[in-house]
Amino acid sequence: MNLLRITTIRLFYAVILLMAVLLLNFTMMHLAPGDVADTIAQSMGGADEEVLAQIRTDYGLDQPFLVQLARYMGGVLSFDLGYSYYHNAPVTDLILQRLPATLLLVFTAQIFALLLGVVLGVISARKPNGILSHFVTFFALFGYSAPVFWTGILLLIAFSLKIQWFPVSGMRDVTISGGFWVHAVDVARHMVLPTLTLSSIFLALYSRLSRATMMETLGSDYVRTAKAKGLTQRQVVYKHALKNALSPVITLAGLQFSAVVSGAVLVETVFAWPGLGTLAFESILVRDTPTILGILFFSALMVIVGNLLTDFVLRLVDPRLRARA
Amino acid sequence: MQLGELDVNLKLRSYLAAAMVTVLACAPAMAQDAPKQGGTLVVSLPGGTPRSLNPAVQSGVATGFPGTQLFAAPLRYDEDWTPQPYLAKSWEISEDGLKVTLHLQENATFHDGEPITSEDVAFSVEVIKEHHPFKSMFEPVTSVDTPDEHTAVLNLAHPHPALMLAMSGQLMAIIPKHIYGDGQDPKSHPRNNQDVVGSGPFKLVEFKPGEHVVLERYEGYWEEGLPYLDRIVARIINDSSARAIALQNGEIQMATFENEPTILSRLQDAEGLNLTTDGYGGVGPIDWLAMNTTRGPLKDVKVRQAIAYAIDKNFILNALLRGTATEARTGIHPDSPLYNPDVNAYELDLDKANALLDEAGYPLEGGKRFELNIELPGFPGYKAQTEYVKAALAKVGIAVNVRSHPDFPSWAEKVGSMEFDLSFDSVYNWGDPVIGVNRTYLSSNIDKGIWSNTQGYSNERVDELLNTAATESDPEKRKALYKEFQEIVAEEVPIYVTNAVPMHTIYADKVGNPPMGIWASSSPYDKVYLKD
Repeated sequence: MNLLRITTIRLFYAVILLMAVLLLNFTMMHLAPGDVADTIAQSMGGADEEVLAQIRTDYGLDQPFLVQLARYMGGVLSFDLGYSYYHNAPVTDLILQRLPATLLLVFTAQIFALLLGVVLGVISARKPNGILSHFVTFFALFGYSAPVFWTGILLLIAFSLKIQWFPVSGMRDVTISGGFWVHAVDVARHMVLPTLTLSSIFLALYSRLSRATMMETLGSDYVRTAKAKGLTQRQVVYKHALKNALSPVITLAGLQFSAVVSGAVLVETVFAWPGLGTLAFESILVRDTPTILGILFFSALMVIVGNLLTDFVLRLVDPRLRARA
Repeated sequence: MQLGELDVNLKLRSYLAAAMVTVLACAPAMAQDAPKQGGTLVVSLPGGTPRSLNPAVQSGVATGFPGTQLFAAPLRYDEDWTPQPYLAKSWEISEDGLKVTLHLQENATFHDGEPITSEDVAFSVEVIKEHHPFKSMFEPVTSVDTPDEHTAVLNLAHPHPALMLAMSGQLMAIIPKHIYGDGQDPKSHPRNNQDVVGSGPFKLVEFKPGEHVVLERYEGYWEEGLPYLDRIVARIINDSSARAIALQNGEIQMATFENEPTILSRLQDAEGLNLTTDGYGGVGPIDWLAMNTTRGPLKDVKVRQAIAYAIDKNFILNALLRGTATEARTGIHPDSPLYNPDVNAYELDLDKANALLDEAGYPLEGGKRFELNIELPGFPGYKAQTEYVKAALAKVGIAVNVRSHPDFPSWAEKVGSMEFDLSFDSVYNWGDPVIGVNRTYLSSNIDKGIWSNTQGYSNERVDELLNTAATESDPEKRKALYKEFQEIVAEEVPIYVTNAVPMHTIYADKVGNPPMGIWASSSPYDKVYLKD
């Protein structure tokens, strides 16, 4: 009952948030000089004035701002995200085509960063001044501060050019044929480098945070009690301390979802990963308003869903939250 | 002196190229050199995801590659700018230049098996005339007669020599009337991107925007034994560094329209890769510094000449572009037979620049004469040049403010509406000057949006020369008209042309017959093959 009410309120806010995202972005896009007719002309190597005028009429770009806004918002309310001027296709189709690739990449990278981050954090928390701990800190911070595209290119040079373990770009090799598993392995091979690159940003956050919370927990009374009880070090760390230390990390992971999505734009562009990120990059360059708004809409949706999921996972991990509900 | 050598070199090169084509054409007779049948060629799709695969309604480099594989044109051009038969096995132009007759290949079919007829040619001309952005291509065509299935006669309002180039490459795709004539808008026709029924050597297997275009050999192609390749996979890789790595590790075997100097110089010595600038004359991309001749000091031709003298073109070519680009001096691409290199080259001369500025009535006061703005385009490639111009002009007392734009539309709006002083830009010839050069210089095309005569340049003699040349059937007379035109615009510098955009085709050793005609990858790959 209570959970239902919380979820309903959450969803209500989510819808308002989505509308605000669209309104704000529509206005901003409109304020920028130039429009998609210019980029369509660019894609054609130039066009006559009448062709440009025709494009503007076709897409209603010659209408007053409020008319365009009303049309767009009306469309969204009836679940129609509009028609992409540049790609000549309905925006919903474009996004749904690209969404699976992005979800696959984003979730894999997030889970990978989370798992590895926590493991590294715990290891370094146990010997905070050990060599391993310093090593982890160094690499985590290095990954965090290096620009994503640079990390990506560096990995490409190392693992695609020097040692040819992984393919350079794309999501699959269309020249191979075979059953489901052949293709699954192919996609997995293509995924390794983009996943590593995307996780590199978050690894630092998760490992640093889990190291700190772990150290704090390890110093608390109940851990001392557990040790006094005669439990092995392993049991103390993984059974008692870790569960408590985990909640802040999961909360952070939820908050980071928006960052993962924006990180995906860069990573996908470097690795030509055919997801929403490359679509966003292409659409922003050509000022394709309906597609950009559609992607923002879906990104906002993904962040909201991500946050709801985080709440859910937190409840699973932390019994106190369940009790409160 | 140096230029003479270059000229000879060019001639020699085109002669050798021509000889090579002859050899290759006879190749099936010589077993050891015979192109091999079969295989999958993986290339990168130039220009990113195309808006449409149908070149009849969408021009541009991105559509050019898949578009010319899927759809054939009446003619194709060799390295020497000589038209060759393609979908038209022969053609003739009437004495008065008002009738162009095309005789079609008799056994040519669309990918669904329907024969390609003169009706389709007439229909295609109609669609292109109505929907293609380059209106000048078919504007003089008043009607198309179809006396029989394989003969199409284009009737012209006046002689129109530009028509020849407009019938090749991606400019005149022959599209099926029985598909596109169903009353739907050809621009947004669902069959432009899916289930494409084309007339070219390859048919569409799959088009995934942002990912790839997969093409497959059309078994019913009219020319026996062609195309050589079984499949072409064109991958969309937007990041140029990633493309370079993919070329180096063999994941893709060819990339076209590559023009980033850093990447080109890095790949120059890469093992197993070949770089060439051949094949870009038809597309004809040129980099230049545009000057708004309607504003402030730039109204004065002396000021514009002074700017040209103050800029060291060699520095741009050798330091900024790392020697990857050829020098250009006029609005016509240096590879074009109509290019005239004997014009004022504006060798660096600061004294002359200062003298011209003094003469124009802008004395040096406190180290400065006047201020100008330069727009930095929102597309890559001009940052270094723009910063350099600021520094170079400061030496002669012109203070330049750089105004940078985040993306193409914001830059295009400023330049397109003529609210600028200076800006670097690149504009493409697209074959005949009538298509891609006139738009920049005709006074009737002032202030018509981006890539029109945004310089506001107006000269009666230039208008006369260009308009006369547009209808002049005699090639020698035509060449003379363009020669004079180039002399005038070089002298009056509404545009200071710096170089041909360093477009390169990069291909692996095992690629045979890479596209070396005048349209680069916007030409059919029916003769491209993979060596063992």
